[in-house]
Amino acid sequence: MLNHYLVLAVKVLLRRKFFTFISLFGISFTLLVLTVVTALFDHAFGPGPVEPRQDRTLYAEQAMMYGDHGAWSSSGGFKLFDTYARNLPGVERLSLYQGGNTVYSYVDGRKIASALKRTDDEFWRILDFSFLEGGPYGTADVGEARFVAVINATTRQRFFGNRPGLGQTLEADGQRFRVIGVVEDVSEVRRTPYAEIWVPFTTAKTDAYKAEIMGGWNAMVLARDKASMPLIRQDFNSRLLRVELPDPKMFRAIVAPFETKIEGLARMMPTGDRRDPESQLWKLVGFLTVLALLFLLVPTVNLVNINISRIMERASEIGVRKAFGAPSRTLVGQFLVENILLTLVGSVIGFVLSVLALRAISQSGLFTYAHFTLNPRVFVYGIVAALAFGLLSGVYPAWRMSRLNPVDALRGGVSR
Amino acid sequence: MIQLKQIEKVYRTDRIETVALADVNLTIREGEFISIMGPSGCGKSTLLNLIGLLDVPTGGTVQINGSPIASYRDRALAAIRNKEIGFVFQVFHLVSDLSVLDNVQIPLLYRRMSNAERRKLAEAALDRVGLSARVHHFPSQLSGGQQQRVAIARAIVGRPRILLADEPTGNLDSQMGDEVMGILKTLNAEDKTTIVMVTHDQQKADQTERIVRLFDGRQVN
Repeated sequence: MLNHYLVLAVKVLLRRKFFTFISLFGISFTLLVLTVVTALFDHAFGPGPVEPRQDRTLYAEQAMMYGDHGAWSSSGGFKLFDTYARNLPGVERLSLYQGGNTVYSYVDGRKIASALKRTDDEFWRILDFSFLEGGPYGTADVGEARFVAVINATTRQRFFGNRPGLGQTLEADGQRFRVIGVVEDVSEVRRTPYAEIWVPFTTAKTDAYKAEIMGGWNAMVLARDKASMPLIRQDFNSRLLRVELPDPKMFRAIVAPFETKIEGLARMMPTGDRRDPESQLWKLVGFLTVLALLFLLVPTVNLVNINISRIMERASEIGVRKAFGAPSRTLVGQFLVENILLTLVGSVIGFVLSVLALRAISQSGLFTYAHFTLNPRVFVYGIVAALAFGLLSGVYPAWRMSRLNPVDALRGGVSR
Repeated sequence: MIQLKQIEKVYRTDRIETVALADVNLTIREGEFISIMGPSGCGKSTLLNLIGLLDVPTGGTVQINGSPIASYRDRALAAIRNKEIGFVFQVFHLVSDLSVLDNVQIPLLYRRMSNAERRKLAEAALDRVGLSARVHHFPSQLSGGQQQRVAIARAIVGRPRILLADEPTGNLDSQMGDEVMGILKTLNAEDKTTIVMVTHDQQKADQTERIVRLFDGRQVN
């Protein structure tokens, strides 16, 4: 029977070329947008090669100091994390690193702009960079403020052409560093690991940062296990209640919670409350759900309308099938098969378009070093979305059709 | 086999009430070939639809094989239509996207059987109506008479005991009409199929065992 339905579905779709085109366009375009957005999202926040242990990593990349008369929103300061984030219970590793800034170098009369990040040595132990040459700087390099650097492959190319980078020196931000490691390029979208040159934070030109509790620094912890993560958050938040604030008249509290990447995004959204140390994730999930539903609503309603007219055109066929013994439920099944087939064809087109769109975005240079791809996870999300879309837009027309009286159906769908 | 008692069918809208059938009593015995006659709009097709369980009466009872069908729900009605009744319509109602063979198989899709078995039965039905050579054609490639023969093959493929034909020769020229009439008579004679035929054609009606006449929704004989 399924074979009969599929053959008929293909014939109907080919016969009504315009309807089929409109339906396929709606489905594939909707899926294209959903898939591309999901792929971008996954690339930025999902587990990746450099951040494989995201399931037990927490980041404190936003801070807010506030009082009754003002608020200061930024990242945390070195002193804040150095004093209060060390020896948290359940932490396997803690890393402090700067947000990064653009520095300039001059090579053979060329001005080269590079993203430089100053980090500690734990940074390399929590993250998992792929080294092409050499290795990362260690505890001794940081402790003794050695002028060593890890660079990415593109920086090696810019500074040294096709020669190996290891042992070479480069000048950046007015300082001279010896290259001890070369890593593969990391996407700009991955905010935490991203840079082009990484150097020990102790090589900073001034140590004024050591006294600041706000500005310029981030912290990341690798929890021993997932169960320790709530404890880490809780303990750090309660430690922050004891922070001596620089201007008690202006500020009375500081918030710089350890969170997952996605919670960090939720905090940055207009719906997020930066003064609240608790997770704002549910607000983001709610916001994105409403947005996705609204986005899906328009094409779904369109497809429902197209499906109703498509099905009602076949009222006589429905009447014949009913007259010859098709129960309503079987007919609903038949039209759902047709709709799901249409949706699956649309999703295949949507996926092909998504691959092309992601390739175009990757090549556009909009996001440095980003190579957006459709991974199996995104593919599965897309298939689920397509099937949901097919069912949503097919159920109502099929249900309406199944309620037709056979006599009315044979008469062309008009009831007396 | 089919018993209608005090059948009434009224179509109601907000403003008007149209009585399509009133006080119709009819008993059709197994193996009988009857025709229903009357002027346009007298309720012939409505009566046929009620016998075929395609519609429900607003009053009275319909019994098939002794059981009243008023309490039957969609699934049970569908099962009776599938096993007991075959329909032939004036305008054929073939599915234009399906081949002749696929059209004939439609009633069998709602029965548990293999594809091979379905195909075998459909080919046999087409053979009976003389269309073995046209199994892979589409309805648009056939003449009116051939299309009606496909419709008859579809109606008899599941070996129903009752065949309901709504002006089966109404859209055909006299020669093709005679051919179709011949097939119906053979089915009645050889298979003892009970046939109820709506017709305008007195000559065709005369070839049946009994004529039921309707006028303004009422039996007049």
